[in-house]
Amino acid sequence: MTELREKNVVRANIIQSDITSHLTAEEIQEIDTELSHVPYKSGAAIDALKIVQSKRGWISDESLRAIAHHLEMSAEDLEGVATFYNLIYRQPVGEKVILLCDSVSCWICGADTIKEKISAKLGIDYGETTHDNRYTLIPVPCLGACDRAPVMMVGDDLHRNIDDKIIDSVFGDLNEDNDSNESRLNSGVKNSSVKNSNSNSEEGQS
Amino acid sequence: MEKVLTRNIGENPVPTNMAAYEANGGYQGLKKAMDSMSNSDCLQVISDSNLRGRGGAGFPTGMKWSCVPMGEKCTPGHKYLICNADEMEPGTFKDRLLMEYDPHQLIDGMILSAFTIDADIAYVFIRGEYIVAIERLRSAIKECYEKGYLGDNILGSGYKLDLYVHPSAGRYICGEETALINALEGKRAIPRAKPPFPQVSGLWGRPTIVNNVETLCNIPHIIDKGAKWFMSLGRGEDAGTKMFGASGKVKNPGCWELPMGTPIREIFEDYAGGMQDGLELKGFLPGGGSTDFLLPEHLDLAMDYNVIGKAGSRMGTGTMIILDDQTCPVGMTLNLIKFFAHESCGFCTPCREGLPWTRQVLEDIESGKGVKEDLETLAYQIGYIGAMGNTHCALAPGAMEPLQSALKYFRDDFDRHISGGCCPYHQSGSA
Repeated sequence: MTELREKNVVRANIIQSDITSHLTAEEIQEIDTELSHVPYKSGAAIDALKIVQSKRGWISDESLRAIAHHLEMSAEDLEGVATFYNLIYRQPVGEKVILLCDSVSCWICGADTIKEKISAKLGIDYGETTHDNRYTLIPVPCLGACDRAPVMMVGDDLHRNIDDKIIDSVFGDLNEDNDSNESRLNSGVKNSSVKNSNSNSEEGQS
Repeated sequence: MEKVLTRNIGENPVPTNMAAYEANGGYQGLKKAMDSMSNSDCLQVISDSNLRGRGGAGFPTGMKWSCVPMGEKCTPGHKYLICNADEMEPGTFKDRLLMEYDPHQLIDGMILSAFTIDADIAYVFIRGEYIVAIERLRSAIKECYEKGYLGDNILGSGYKLDLYVHPSAGRYICGEETALINALEGKRAIPRAKPPFPQVSGLWGRPTIVNNVETLCNIPHIIDKGAKWFMSLGRGEDAGTKMFGASGKVKNPGCWELPMGTPIREIFEDYAGGMQDGLELKGFLPGGGSTDFLLPEHLDLAMDYNVIGKAGSRMGTGTMIILDDQTCPVGMTLNLIKFFAHESCGFCTPCREGLPWTRQVLEDIESGKGVKEDLETLAYQIGYIGAMGNTHCALAPGAMEPLQSALKYFRDDFDRHISGGCCPYHQSGSA
């Protein structure tokens, strides 16, 4: 009996050490910053999920268990939180997530047609990721830019008044070969989010 | 007209930093309050001003704040002020504008509001998708700490406040204040039973006030210029100005600051420019997706809480969604019900099961598979789900508002779907 118990303790330790090593020092540091203003650790559950997701793109079962362990809560409880929120991804997503607004103002202004066009261009339906792992298409509730409907976010960039021209400029011409597509996407898209959104919103508001 | 909320947001706006905000009279109210006002003085001014919450429900702000236990009546510990910046009501796009272009105005309002209820920690609970607003708020908060407007001993008054930005992980229900508090606590965003009200037991069980962005943006101006001035801004029975907007197939969709009580016709014709060529106005939702439809005959009503309420709808967020004569009202209602069914938190049965059922019935009607009895089913659902008290929170009753008014005003369209076996609007080549 005692032997069995000791065995279990050893086993538990092995699992725990695996779990703790699963979060990077940087992730732990960022999560601990959030812990400074919550009275108990599980209070930072959503922040922790977002921090880890921002580094890894999504929340795998391993990530989930590691975060739960760090926050001293059960993985099941954290799973309940993670699956509640639409911006926490429990499945792998592409490099950029396309959040296409399907709410009422965009619907009136032709969001269904826009969805069909994007789906046809990228070859994916809602919830699917392109073969090159670049995009995942997800519907999102009203993005609060209804005066310039239809709208979507691609990664951090907000695109307003979506039409064929915008779909082409954002997703490129699929007939182009992969290399040139790659180079265009890599040049200028990363870190240009704020600038892009700014110019969009400055143009968009009155 | 005097611009209040958008005085730093012009035709081609640039984001306002500390210098620009202060150059235009910013933080004057804060200096005045820290210098010579007590928190009960501030509460008195806000109560006198007749300011009502701009998030949709229109609850008097002063009355909400007056329920927070103060001084010796409050057990020792933190008190919280939360800005509800989770703008997710379909068709609403006013708070984004205020936060992206004048973040200091919101922070100014938050410091003053927190001071009034003696809160020492404040949060901006903001949509995760509002990336630009999040960045601008964070840099404005940094400027405030450097200036001594936030942190310990604000402007030498001895008052202390810390302000954090909390980007949300999504879900419409987070806009409900107690669900928002659960989300801030790292839990599933399921609304809490009331009482206890958040003013007494909110975040971490402590006294908490949750106010909408636009409500808080009004506070610095009221403290600075007084309640009488604020009351004089309204054209009708309500005080102040309001962000009004129009989306849909109008000529010039947008968002404008106008006096409370501005007639709907003025917003629709003078600002939104009327319908696009070749289209007629069929109806509109006056303030977001969970308000009842109104008709062209209601255009001369004033945008006041009670006036719109008497007409059978709600002013809600004040951003109108316009329905034209070539867009299917059944399809539009279906789109709204789909949204609410998807956004139900799943806690109570009428909402979790009733809304998808309603959606199914509407899908059948829209796709031409509907039968006459479906309209009776819808009426039954409206009576059951729409009645306050049958559901845990206001989400499902809110969802029934556009449906019940669509059935009332656009009954012919429902009948045509059923008798014709298809959507008559689709046939004519429109959405």
